Amino acid sequence: MQNESLALQYLLSGITKGSIYAVVAIGFNLIYSATGIINFAQGEFLMLGGMVAVTLAAYVPLPVAVTGAVALVALVGGLLELAFFRRLRRHSILHLVIITMGLSIVIQETALHIWDEKVRSLPYFTGNEVSSVRFLGAAISPQVLWVLGTVALAVLGLHFFLRYTLTGRAMRACSSNPEAAMLAGINIPNMRTLAFGLSAALGALAGCVVSPMTMTHYEMGAPLAIKGFAAAILGGLGNPMAAVAGGLLVGLLEAASVSCLPAVYNDVSAFVILLLVIFVRPQGLWGALAPDRVREH
Amino acid sequence: MPRLRLLFLLALFPVMVAGAQLGLRAAGMEYCLTQLTMSVYYALVVMGLCLLMGYAGQVSLGHGAFFALGGYTTAVLTTHDFSGIRACAGVGVLERAGLLVAQQDLYGQAGLSVAPWAAFAAAMLLTFVVALLIGYPALRLRGHYLAMATLGFTLIVSKLLLGSALTGSADGIHGVPEWKLLPGLTVSGRSALRVQNYYLACGLALLLLLGLRNLLRSRVGRALLAIHDRETAANAMGINTAAYKLKVFVLSALLAALAGVFFTHYTGGIAPSEAGALKSVRYVALAAAGGMANLWGVTVMSIALNYCSLRGWFGSYDNAVFGALLILIISLAPEGPLKPLGLWLRRLAGRPDPERRTPHGAP
Amino acid sequence: MAGIGVLGTLWLTSSCSPPPPSEPVKIGALFSVTGPASFLGAPEEKTVQMRIEQINAAGGINGRKLQLVVKDTAGSPEKAVSFAKQLIEEEKVLAILGPSTSGETMAIKDLCEQNQMLLVSCAAAETIVNPVARYVFKVPQKDSQAATWIYRTMKEKGISNIAIVSSTDGFGAAGKKQLEDLAPAEGITIVANEVYDKQATDLTDVLTKIKGNPKVQAVVNWSIVPAQSIVAKNMKQLGMDMPLFQSHGFGNRKYVQQAGAAAEGILFPASRLLVVEDLPANHPQKEVLATYKKDYESRFKEDVSTFGGHAYDALLVVVEALKKAGEPEREKVRDALETLTGVVGTAGIFNFSPTDHTGLDLTAFEMLTVKDGQFVAYKQ
Repeated sequence: MQNESLALQYLLSGITKGSIYAVVAIGFNLIYSATGIINFAQGEFLMLGGMVAVTLAAYVPLPVAVTGAVALVALVGGLLELAFFRRLRRHSILHLVIITMGLSIVIQETALHIWDEKVRSLPYFTGNEVSSVRFLGAAISPQVLWVLGTVALAVLGLHFFLRYTLTGRAMRACSSNPEAAMLAGINIPNMRTLAFGLSAALGALAGCVVSPMTMTHYEMGAPLAIKGFAAAILGGLGNPMAAVAGGLLVGLLEAASVSCLPAVYNDVSAFVILLLVIFVRPQGLWGALAPDRVREH
Repeated sequence: MPRLRLLFLLALFPVMVAGAQLGLRAAGMEYCLTQLTMSVYYALVVMGLCLLMGYAGQVSLGHGAFFALGGYTTAVLTTHDFSGIRACAGVGVLERAGLLVAQQDLYGQAGLSVAPWAAFAAAMLLTFVVALLIGYPALRLRGHYLAMATLGFTLIVSKLLLGSALTGSADGIHGVPEWKLLPGLTVSGRSALRVQNYYLACGLALLLLLGLRNLLRSRVGRALLAIHDRETAANAMGINTAAYKLKVFVLSALLAALAGVFFTHYTGGIAPSEAGALKSVRYVALAAAGGMANLWGVTVMSIALNYCSLRGWFGSYDNAVFGALLILIISLAPEGPLKPLGLWLRRLAGRPDPERRTPHGAP
Repeated sequence: MAGIGVLGTLWLTSSCSPPPPSEPVKIGALFSVTGPASFLGAPEEKTVQMRIEQINAAGGINGRKLQLVVKDTAGSPEKAVSFAKQLIEEEKVLAILGPSTSGETMAIKDLCEQNQMLLVSCAAAETIVNPVARYVFKVPQKDSQAATWIYRTMKEKGISNIAIVSSTDGFGAAGKKQLEDLAPAEGITIVANEVYDKQATDLTDVLTKIKGNPKVQAVVNWSIVPAQSIVAKNMKQLGMDMPLFQSHGFGNRKYVQQAGAAAEGILFPASRLLVVEDLPANHPQKEVLATYKKDYESRFKEDVSTFGGHAYDALLVVVEALKKAGEPEREKVRDALETLTGVVGTAGIFNFSPTDHTGLDLTAFEMLTVKDGQFVAYKQ
């Protein structure tokens, strides 16, 4: 195998991983912008999405199963906001973040007892386990294209939603200046519920498209959440595009690390770089430093 | 009045500790002291975290890693066989100084390892340096940066432990020898030494509690309160907020490592599960469940919950119970469930509620 | 005020009564029913529960019923230590089955030895029985035996330069060590050796590195789900058509379904539990395997796995030793267990001796491959 195609293969591998982290990072961002909370249960939305879709896929065609899973998990996300965060407005952000950690554990354990400890997966959307698309001497699974397409669509959709629809603009207003938004008659609590629902839906969709590749089991959420969190920080919190860039960057860093270091240390090098970035450029690579926006906890 | 309260607590704690032991002995259930001792060591970690979260207003997701750092340093140094370097010039000196000791394991394997005291010193030194390295850049920034940096640190530590053969990869290290702390006082999990070790752990906890309590009532404590409430104002008053936060962070990391060292000698080994992110989240949960800025509450809650968990009361629902308790306590009683109880007892005793300000979360 | 919590807790504990005099024989079990090793612990726990019920329904052993005390360690050694102490000091069980993972077993090995507690581990690592501890046994095949099978098959196929990929968990680390240790003696050269995170979601990068090494003739992967399926899929997607060997951790039909078409042609050593239908009727293990498979699958509605089989064997050898010893006295049962021979279990036929606390030899394995989505015996 030539060196160029080898390099290209590493690049593609990095993009594959990175695109998964990117979707999680966007989810983090949505909730962070609307509520200031870092939602550690974000990974569980992916797990739930995958689990529900796998269960439904036994009875209905795949597209219906995925849609059903996304709708159901969006509902769960919205309900969580209604049940916890709406009621706890007087709690500090720190307390709310700790609650999301608790939620993450509880959702995970609930999934363990509803389903079981076994690994499941959705069928490949196109082709099967062995099919691959050749590309300049490198190969890539068609499912990766599905993931990339989903990420691209999600980002574009989100962009248009936030910029051109009334609801989306209201949501942006809430995050940039809650008091003014309230005075303008925007129902802030509802916007927060919507943000949770949207973020959960996005997570569930991601959980479905990655399921054929990474497979779904009850413990898959937490590691993905941590990587997604790292991606969001690296890109800069509060900016969906930066989250995508951050996710891809973490994926590429891991792939680059594998190419020259023992593979076991790929996470280590990714996190060392993350730490360096935090210390040197606390607002992230593409984030704007706005001290007022960073709420004290 | 404070002096009276202190005397009261000073008396109450030993009475409680001794009462528990005598009660269990009377019931023929002294074996429960094993799990109680383990819980007390875990509580030391949470005490440090309480200081950091409740008084300095910073979250650390790295205390599991600091615990592991302490435990692993000790475990590696006291089990690794250094007899291969016996020929080197300095080794003889070290051996004569008592830093290196010859050992034999259960199956007749002889080896030359570092003495537990020296390993303990090395563990604390290492933790001090690492905590300083992480804390210094992270604490100059305001916001969640310490949480992020410590989370990254936790992941790095746990992956390194899993990946390196020196730390036993996924199996961890076992066969850690006993630690003869003083003549007649040994940190060991042997059932014959159970009572002794129980009192040792409780004594250590009491000493640290008193030390931390005094620290909080001194200049440092008042500075921390000011930082917690209004950092900018504290800065304006001439308090070097970053330096104070850093000191507290390093101190709490050292407490976690201390607990790790004792725990490792007590259970005879340590594994990567101690360093995982979930474990760190668990410590944060325990601190939150105890009310964060309430040293006594945090200690009691963490001993009680860890004890139940280590006894296996929750079976397969262990993590679920933890998560659920965390959510319930934070949403219903963010100052900890013991606080209302304490107020009620105080009122019962006919004493007014204290005027002390007790910070817990946001302004 | 602070004392109320602790005292309350203690009061609750002390109100429980001590265990009743041992009319039924108590057997302890430490399984990782939840947590990262639940794929081992969950079928193990189910199997032992099922077997104990069956044994008791048939009248027990020597007229005594068996009573099972299971504790879920969630895969963490510190809990295993705490629970092992409870089983030893409070429950005073006859023997402890498990733990599921080698890390947990090693954490309590010395403890059991010092307290003269019979331990029959369901973990595979070599260090559990080497050095031999008087009271510690294990029932799974040794990793070294799996590695030997893999290397012998490679030699038959004319392969000498290989790549090893393994996961960071205890299973992967133990297998990797055996592969490295045995390679020189078997004439195999390891030209690439990579370890990956067990939670990895995509392994194309690791495999690309191996693909870039022109000397590699075959890949050995030593890990569990989901990574073992991801390796198989990623290799096929990358167009790597060299043979893929898996460890005996590939022991469940579900895993083949997960890897789908990518599983075709995978070679791995496994116990005969997976190919029980193909065994000749006169094979000594046929009846045991077929009965266990039928009972387990009809009761739990899931495919039988070799991991559950380890728990079956652990209980089996303890029960056989108990029968032989006649009375539930630990010292006698231990002596009986150490001299058991010809006991037919799911993993193989056990012949223990004072120097061999595993009791299985190379015949306990068979080389299997995947053909049309089914496990079949591999024939050259």
